[in-house]
Amino acid sequence: MTLVIEILISLCLVTAGVFGLVGSYGLIKLKDTMQRLHAPTKATTVGVGGVLVASMLYFLLIKGSLSFHELMITLFLFLTAPVSAHFIAKTFIQAEVTEKDLPDPEQEFGWAVFDDAPSYPDDEGQDQNS
Amino acid sequence: MIDLALTFAVFCFSLALLLNLWRITRGPTRADRILALDTMVINIIALLVLYGIYERTAVYYEASMLVAMVGFVSTVAYCRFVLRGDIIE
Repeated sequence: MTLVIEILISLCLVTAGVFGLVGSYGLIKLKDTMQRLHAPTKATTVGVGGVLVASMLYFLLIKGSLSFHELMITLFLFLTAPVSAHFIAKTFIQAEVTEKDLPDPEQEFGWAVFDDAPSYPDDEGQDQNS
Repeated sequence: MIDLALTFAVFCFSLALLLNLWRITRGPTRADRILALDTMVINIIALLVLYGIYERTAVYYEASMLVAMVGFVSTVAYCRFVLRGDIIE
């Protein structure tokens, strides 16, 4: 039984290490910044997730103490990864891409990075009435 | 066997940190550097948890939680500084 537990934990650790390495290797391998944005998500989800699952299994099955801190870290990373990726993409568009390179938004207001926020006349009318 | 797997995982994440450092020094745009720093924080969280397993102690969860929070806030602050020239408008 101990051997099965050890194999399970070792499998989690090896998978996590390989995926973390792949995520950072993609960061130097891919050509474009927008492509590079794609690579470290592997390191975030499977890399850190595998390490945290291995840690949870280790402390639950060998030390005999259950803790939910790892799940909190996983949840926090899953929540914050899209926000920071969106911010980095916006930084890249603002610094390196001109408005001519982007496709036409086909709406009355343009891209959020270059144009001001649209104003809604209906909201102002409601404010005057109230 | 767990110790062997731990050594392998620590080796992988350390190599990943070196690759991130290469991207930070080379990175043609500022977005690349921010992205590499963000990935570096994630790799450091993994290394901290691995060290916690190696030392058989649960102290390092709090440390990795703090590193995760500080890393996210610093990424957003750096992006906003590059985007708007100011962090809190």
